Amino acid sequence: MSEPAPILSVRSVSKSFGAVRALDRASFDVLPGEVVALAGDNGAGKSTIIKAISGVISRDGGDILLDGKSVAFATPHEARDSGIETIYQDLSLADNLSIGANIFLGREPMRRAFGFLPVLDRRKMAEAARETMARLDFHVDRLDAPVAAFSGGQRQAVAIGRAIFWNARIVIMDEPTAALGVPEQRKVMSLIRSLKAEGKGVIFISHNLRDIFDVADRIVVFRRGENAGERRPAETTSDEIVRLMVGK
Amino acid sequence: MTTAAVPAPSARISPLAQVARLRAWLFLILLAATFEVWTRIANGASFVLSVYNLQAIAIFASAPLMLGLGQTFVIISAGIDLSLGFVMGLASVVAAHAANFGLARLGMGPAEAALFGIAVGVLATVPAGLVNGWLIAVLKVPPFIGTLGMYGVSRGAAYLLAAGMTVAVNDDWYGAIGNGRLGPFPVLVLLTAVACVALHYVLSQTRFGQHVYAMGASKAAASRAGIDVRRLTMKIYLLSAVMGGVAGALYTGRFSAGAPQAGEPLLLDSIAAVVIGGASLFGGSGTIWGTVAGAFVIAVIQYGLVLVDVEPFWQFIAVGGIIIVSVLVDQTQRRFLGGRVDE
Repeated sequence: MSEPAPILSVRSVSKSFGAVRALDRASFDVLPGEVVALAGDNGAGKSTIIKAISGVISRDGGDILLDGKSVAFATPHEARDSGIETIYQDLSLADNLSIGANIFLGREPMRRAFGFLPVLDRRKMAEAARETMARLDFHVDRLDAPVAAFSGGQRQAVAIGRAIFWNARIVIMDEPTAALGVPEQRKVMSLIRSLKAEGKGVIFISHNLRDIFDVADRIVVFRRGENAGERRPAETTSDEIVRLMVGK
Repeated sequence: MTTAAVPAPSARISPLAQVARLRAWLFLILLAATFEVWTRIANGASFVLSVYNLQAIAIFASAPLMLGLGQTFVIISAGIDLSLGFVMGLASVVAAHAANFGLARLGMGPAEAALFGIAVGVLATVPAGLVNGWLIAVLKVPPFIGTLGMYGVSRGAAYLLAAGMTVAVNDDWYGAIGNGRLGPFPVLVLLTAVACVALHYVLSQTRFGQHVYAMGASKAAASRAGIDVRRLTMKIYLLSAVMGGVAGALYTGRFSAGAPQAGEPLLLDSIAAVVIGGASLFGGSGTIWGTVAGAFVIAVIQYGLVLVDVEPFWQFIAVGGIIIVSVLVDQTQRRFLGGRVDE
């Protein structure tokens, strides 16, 4: 059986900062409904490749294909408009706003009050929040509460909900469990599985090998900006991944 | 479709938090009650049930409130506008000159000259607001420093334009805008009320207002959501300066003179009104109605103490005390009520 076409293809991407070669012909694919974990020691180039994909930095060489078409995003907004959503460690939520307001931040829906006065459509925002969060099996009883009132894992769900609502096709998560306690880490793992079930491609960076083995379909290991190997969790061990990371 | 077991969050707003949120109105009621008892004992008259008192308090509150409305946006965005007092003074002087120029040189009638003076006075604040915004948004100068610089520049400009004095205006229409009444309502108070309603709408019902809150909570989050934070910052400081301009132009009407120092004592009152009204100086929270209550708290203290014949200097101590209590309530609320609840 042939594999489906990749949503995202990173082909031989290179990037240097001055004399430092941060990425050296790095390559990997992300298929629909697939969770790809990027593993590597500090400085292996994981963050650089994420930034190259999401439009934070430009690449020096190589190609990035989205649905088979070459893309080069000048800004993270362009990447987002094309369906590549990055969820940062600090989540990028406005703590004082509701879930709905966060989902719609920067593109708020408006309605006309009294037939002429444009006002924020809070009902629409709240409904979208409820529906989206229900897709993540996250049922909210207070849709007007600021997200500051929620726990770390729940806030992660809000950030992921935003990506789902805007039909992101690729969701990039940089250390999504780093700041969380163990029960919350498990919730995030289930959230990643729901993204997978929705057919999204997920790129997942973590230092935690247990998380990687728990959720990834494929592990792409980097060492000093180069591909050091690619394994399926079922066909490898954490010892082998560590050996690939540090270079035997 | 999914087996994620994220429990329903128990994000409820506790009754205590509600009380903390409405503290400015509680202060106001408490103060009014205190003065009611006090004036009945001292003067044998009601404090609250006097049209004259209410009018006087509302006029007292109107200028700091005008400044406070713009300052509310600035403080919610996690900034501060220290230039506002002298931007108001600058507008007051320019408005006086413009009205005089209109009367003497452009052959305007008193009504046209008054409107011309107000328009030019308000326009004069636009460069100040844009420079404030540019310093803060583009050159990344901290708001405290950038607007302190503009405080000096507008102060100097106002005194230079007024040649170190006040600029008298002899225009009945202009005077009527500052002192007239429509029924029992002073024109000044009506204009301030319109500004409150308009800016409440802008802050609570528009994208602009929503983005001001988001920016105050996290600039990075706002920016990553596609909000042009630079442009937003420019707009916020422009709005603040323009409200200073409106306050200054109205001051000229009320006193029939443009004065460079028109807003000097009002700057701190405007910040106090916003803080007493429940906004946090850390940004991200605050409302127009809170600021309205804050401005009235200050006005009631100022007017009430005069009425019961207490040395006026006590008002500074009373207002200062309420500011400190407000900030303490805000901090406590952050720590125990409004903060993140991690399980």
